[in-house]
Amino acid sequence: MLLIRCPYCEEERPELEFRNAGEAHVARSANIAGESDDDFEKFFFIRSNPKGIIYERWRHIHGCARFFNAVRDTVTDRFIMTYKAGEPKPSKLPKNSNDVVSK
Amino acid sequence: MAKAAAKTTAAASSATVDRRQALAGRSVSTAGARLEVLPPAERISLRAPEASVAALSKALGVALPGKPKTSATKGGRTALWLGPDEWLVIDEGGNDPLADCAKVTALHSSVGVSHRNVAIAVSGPGAAATINAGCPQDLSLEAFPVGACSRTILGKVEIVLLRTAADAFRVECWRSFSDYVFTFLSEGARDAGN
Repeated sequence: MLLIRCPYCEEERPELEFRNAGEAHVARSANIAGESDDDFEKFFFIRSNPKGIIYERWRHIHGCARFFNAVRDTVTDRFIMTYKAGEPKPSKLPKNSNDVVSK
Repeated sequence: MAKAAAKTTAAASSATVDRRQALAGRSVSTAGARLEVLPPAERISLRAPEASVAALSKALGVALPGKPKTSATKGGRTALWLGPDEWLVIDEGGNDPLADCAKVTALHSSVGVSHRNVAIAVSGPGAAATINAGCPQDLSLEAFPVGACSRTILGKVEIVLLRTAADAFRVECWRSFSDYVFTFLSEGARDAGN
């Protein structure tokens, strides 16, 4: 079982307590009604789906119930780091991905 | 026949309604652990921002814990940290915490959930092993000391777990799941005894 660090509970918890909530840092336009169909499609449907590092939203649904962001490697399934919702995308990832750290 | 009908009418017209306790009278005792259904208690689900915590703590008579996985007990009342702005308050002394919160003018949301939850006491040397039958959390005393509490899962349902002593836990689950939880824990207790 994966252990995921919840930045609100400040410790690693078993993955069964968590739920994935899609890609993180997808900004909603302030003027959503004025968006062109193409731009809306990009915002609403198109996701990066990379092979490698992905920034995702996760929810500690059976714990503190809070949403937070996680950096995960889609190849190895390793969680590189987690940080609180609303915090900016980390500019630098920890070198040793074995050290799961919280900002 | 007529007698039975008359009896039914008399029962229907009486004003008293008996509340049937979920799991009433059920208990399991194995070599490893003992399961008991705890008596009904008053409970509230409390949500409040940081600024209201002091006023609510004063009104409730117990300091709302601010650290993850911690609880505070005073005068039969326990406040369990569930999230950064969420607590479960359990009162076993018969006083209503909802009424205490109603007097507080600071912003908060308190909802009575007394009848929503059923509490099961798990005790004995195999108590942690019993719960670990379906709960993946580390329940060693270093990771989950006495007084620690957490919302987590047991099998396929959500529970709130509170360690009341080194070898005793309080498991709070929703009433409609209580049969599942009790049966699951019974199996766990049986395994913990071996």
